[in-house]
Amino acid sequence: MWFDRLLTWLQETSIAMAIAESNIVFPWIESVHVLAIVLVVGTISIVDLRLIGVASLERPVNALMREILPYTWGAFAVAATTGGLLFCSNAMTYGHNFFFLGKMALLVLAGFNMAIFHVFSARDMHRWSADRRLPLTAKAAGAVSLGLWISVVAFGRWIGFTLQ
Amino acid sequence: MHWLNEFCTWLDATSLSQAIQTAAWVTPTVQTIHILAVAVVVVSALMIDLRLVGVFAANQPLKRVSARFLPLVWWPMLVLLATGAIMIIGEPARALKSPIFQLKMALLVGAIAITGIQQWLIRRDMSWGDLASGSRRVASLVAIPSIALWTGIIFAGRWIAYW
Repeated sequence: MWFDRLLTWLQETSIAMAIAESNIVFPWIESVHVLAIVLVVGTISIVDLRLIGVASLERPVNALMREILPYTWGAFAVAATTGGLLFCSNAMTYGHNFFFLGKMALLVLAGFNMAIFHVFSARDMHRWSADRRLPLTAKAAGAVSLGLWISVVAFGRWIGFTLQ
Repeated sequence: MHWLNEFCTWLDATSLSQAIQTAAWVTPTVQTIHILAVAVVVVSALMIDLRLVGVFAANQPLKRVSARFLPLVWWPMLVLLATGAIMIIGEPARALKSPIFQLKMALLVGAIAITGIQQWLIRRDMSWGDLASGSRRVASLVAIPSIALWTGIIFAGRWIAYW
């Protein structure tokens, strides 16, 4: 099966072998991964809570997004890079782990949610950006995002308990 | 340390510890809540720190940024305390006897102290930290160690599993 061949190839790359064979490289990368995820989830929840209408209500949404989201994206790039390295080091096991695959699916859904928000509800954002109570579509996007990112953390934590 | 060994052995044998060890779902659930609370605390502290340095929300008064985020540094710490306690009770020796756990607690004391100092400085003079008038040096002096301490706490937290 092509998927298993890809996993095997990844696992046998020299960088994957180096991570797998060292006692300290994996935990170091993992620590950076956790730090990056903490920053992603913490910063994005500030925006989500504003969209839902819970906090930062005195800040216009577009100003808040301009301030916060660059940190979210920077941290996400670090999380994806470190996550990719951790995955390679044991690709076959992660590639067949329910919680790993579920976490990837949740990330895709979070991406869709964000894309839908930007294409549909954020188009007329200038009209409601400063409102305390936002349109239902914006509230829904915030709630879905928050739920998905909490689930990403939960699934990520469960990977460590379900490796065969 | 003899007494620490005895304490760990005693705690490990309590029915509460046994219950946590038996129910497989408890530890990952508690760890998930712990990480989510860490995200709230650390990012809230970071927002204040970055505002002190003058990188984040520089056009807003410091008192507004601290009113928004400082309670979110303090209150979720109760969640961290509770979930942390459950993890310790579930596996006492792994936590209490780990030098990395002890380091994490020392870093936490430092982070709490520096957050307290920040709060005191902000309350004492509400215009303190306004970018036009205030001195960047003192603000950075309390902000940068705070960022370093919280980062160290997250790293130490992950390393408890390995040391």
